[in-house]
Amino acid sequence: MTLTLSSEARLVQDTALEFFRDKSPITALRKLRDTQDADGFSRPLWREMAELGWTGFLVPEEWGGSGFGHVGLGLVMEAAGRTLAATPLLSTSLIGASALVLAGSGMQKDTHLPGLVAGDQIFALALEEGPHHAPTRIATAAKKHGGGYRLSGKKTFVLDGHVADTLIVAARTSGGANDRSGITLFLVPASAPGLSRTRTIMVDSRNAAIVTLKDVEVADEAALGPIDGGSDVLEAVLDRARAGLAAEMLGSAAECFERTVQYLKDRKQFGVAIGSFQALKHRAAQMFCELEVTHSAVLACLSGLDEGANDVPALASLAKTKANDTFFLVGNEGVQMHGGIGMTDEHEIGFFTKRARVALATFGNSAFHRDRYAALNGY
Amino acid sequence: MPDLNTFRAETRAWLEQNCPPSMRTAQPDDEAITGGTREKYKNPESKIWLDRMAAKGWTAPTWPKEYGGAALSEPEARVLAEEMQALNCRPPIRGMGFSMLGPTLLEYGTEEQKRTHLPKIVTGEIRWCQGYSEPGSGSDLASLSTRAVLQGEHFLVNGHKIWTSGAHFSDWIFCLVRTDPTAKKHEGISFLLIDMSDPGVRPQPIRLISGYSVFCETFFDNVQVPAKNLVGEMNKGWTIAKRLLEHERKGIGGIGERAKERSEQTPEQLAKKYVGETDGRIAAPALRDAIARFNIDQRAFGLTRQRTAEEAKAGAPPGPASAMFKYYATELNKRRYELMLDSAGTEMLGWEGEGFEPDNLRTTRDWLRAKANTIEGGTSEIQLNIIAKRVLGLPD
Ligand SMILES: Cc1cc2nc3c(=O)[nH]c(=O)nc-3n(C[C@H](O)[C@H](O)[C@H](O)COP(=O)(O)OP(=O)(O)OC[C@H]3O[C@@H](n4cnc5c(N)ncnc54)[C@H](O)[C@@H]3O)c2cc1C
Repeated sequence: MTLTLSSEARLVQDTALEFFRDKSPITALRKLRDTQDADGFSRPLWREMAELGWTGFLVPEEWGGSGFGHVGLGLVMEAAGRTLAATPLLSTSLIGASALVLAGSGMQKDTHLPGLVAGDQIFALALEEGPHHAPTRIATAAKKHGGGYRLSGKKTFVLDGHVADTLIVAARTSGGANDRSGITLFLVPASAPGLSRTRTIMVDSRNAAIVTLKDVEVADEAALGPIDGGSDVLEAVLDRARAGLAAEMLGSAAECFERTVQYLKDRKQFGVAIGSFQALKHRAAQMFCELEVTHSAVLACLSGLDEGANDVPALASLAKTKANDTFFLVGNEGVQMHGGIGMTDEHEIGFFTKRARVALATFGNSAFHRDRYAALNGY
Repeated sequence: MPDLNTFRAETRAWLEQNCPPSMRTAQPDDEAITGGTREKYKNPESKIWLDRMAAKGWTAPTWPKEYGGAALSEPEARVLAEEMQALNCRPPIRGMGFSMLGPTLLEYGTEEQKRTHLPKIVTGEIRWCQGYSEPGSGSDLASLSTRAVLQGEHFLVNGHKIWTSGAHFSDWIFCLVRTDPTAKKHEGISFLLIDMSDPGVRPQPIRLISGYSVFCETFFDNVQVPAKNLVGEMNKGWTIAKRLLEHERKGIGGIGERAKERSEQTPEQLAKKYVGETDGRIAAPALRDAIARFNIDQRAFGLTRQRTAEEAKAGAPPGPASAMFKYYATELNKRRYELMLDSAGTEMLGWEGEGFEPDNLRTTRDWLRAKANTIEGGTSEIQLNIIAKRVLGLPD
């Protein structure tokens, strides 16, 4: 694994940092929240991101992308994380693109990828059915019916679900409630009869929805990847999502930490800067260490994906666990070290604390990933 | 640059020819070589191995040839280390001469000092120890009070050092001494090289909680030290002292990796053995979770070392991450031992004698030894102070 950035990657990083700082600071998220924006993200900004090529980083040139790779997209997401920007990068550029590239038929790629790259088409993964990440606990049924399937079930916490044009639905074509086999992925247009969506307003002010499917009919060609063999695809897609999300979380945690350290220098009590108190210094130094090791874990996973490393699943669990724990720590310490002002809605530090909780529940909390890491390593 | 692949092939061929068979097996603690006139070379092949390596300059591969090294570039030295690891070669020798004094002398020593002392480190002829800490000066090292008074061609040294690792097996000691008691505490310190064969130098072993005696109190009574043994300028020793500490902390920062090479026991293996398995997994979920948490942190830390090494190779100045190595590595090492004890239960609570596996007895002692990791070379609290001040810029 290469753990240093190429000059091209550095360029992407600089562009992305500037982009989000200028065009999507936290005030933008606050505005989306306070105006109860119907989309929950800015479409004009999304189009600009597509023009910068970010939506095509995981898509081969054949379909209009650049195939620049996971490190590049991770750097963009890290920059987005710094300003808590609400964008469909995760749902569409990462998950949608990965699923199509890894498992899509020629026809599916031709149909969907150009629109995805252009920023015209939004995707969402309809996976979870309960309050905890459980990628094999799928009850949503896909029953064979003529030249296709009928889908029925209820999906929760579907990121960008209410704005997606196409949903990637994980459904059960065979097997029992928690079997790894028997799961199939389907591409379902959001407009399909029988599909309804309810937007859920989350604590982090980011987009999610409940998706209900009632005898939704799809053709055989809607299956994405092998029938009954969806778990393999799903796992590969989820590991990519975890890596990218971990990068975003790293950016958020780093920003939250830097703001907190600045506050330790600015705020005076007892006639001195509060950063001179050792009780706070040591905790700040420990957070610094955790950020450094998280940075390495995230970069190793992204780079492992680009280089085709054989232990990507373990690296993804490593990266997600570290990102979870570090963002959790820094988010909570951020509020604590700001004192009363940190509790106010007017101050921005609380946005990080709230985002941390939602991000760490996304695609596996630390207990989930430690258990997976242990299993992957034979204990 | 000469072709690294050629160098690799030649190195491997040489090692295969010259590394004696018993030097390619796991090294028991009592066969670790630290050199010096009191070294016993319990396994005679370890002396052969040391002499062959020293003759090539490969005990200190990056040092210049005129001081006994092999003048290898960093990439070549890495290749040598990799090839030694691939063939499971034991390190021919270790010690403070290599890890701390050598690099410091190369930077600050006079030509004569380098020519006199470095070659004897390379061959293992002389073993060095570190005379920094005193009973009243630990974390606040710069408050030290061992006195050195220049009298003509000699310094007269009087004082009391403590926690001097290996003093009772060493030949020379590098010492911090106070040469100007009137100056501010950082500005009256000098760095002296002292021959311990002087009868005025008396090391007295101290017994540790592990039962071992690895360090001493060291007394200095009217010890005469030639003036030419002053390293750097008079009263400017603190800068040199700090540089040496950087080398020391860098060494300690690699502790987890060394332990991995040496110890066959891992927490997960012990847990499977002593707690049991369900479907191939550690049967106690809480312990399994704690072990996974540790291994994740260990891996992320290893990747951080790799990342900083790559950054350095690419020519970047040492980034802030290196400030955390000593702290993070030693805290991890202590956690590793605690998890081994958690996993093995009472099987790893034996002190000596019957009823315990020798490996477990050794690990129990090592567990106690590891407690020192977060104290020696600057405590964890001091490392956090340094990060807060130097990296984060927090005020005093
Ligand atoms: C196994 C071992 C080998 C050693 N080998 C050598 C050697 O070869 N040569 C040598 O010179 N020395 C050696 N040392 C000494 C070592 O460097 C000192 O023990 C260490 O620097 C701490 O000093 P101290 O023991 O006086 O503890 P103290 O400085 O008295 O510290 C006691 C406690 O107070 C804390 N503390 C102190 N100051 C602060 C502060 N400013 N902020 C927050 N907390 C603080 C410490 O972190 C520690 O927890 C060795 C020590 C050990 C354990």
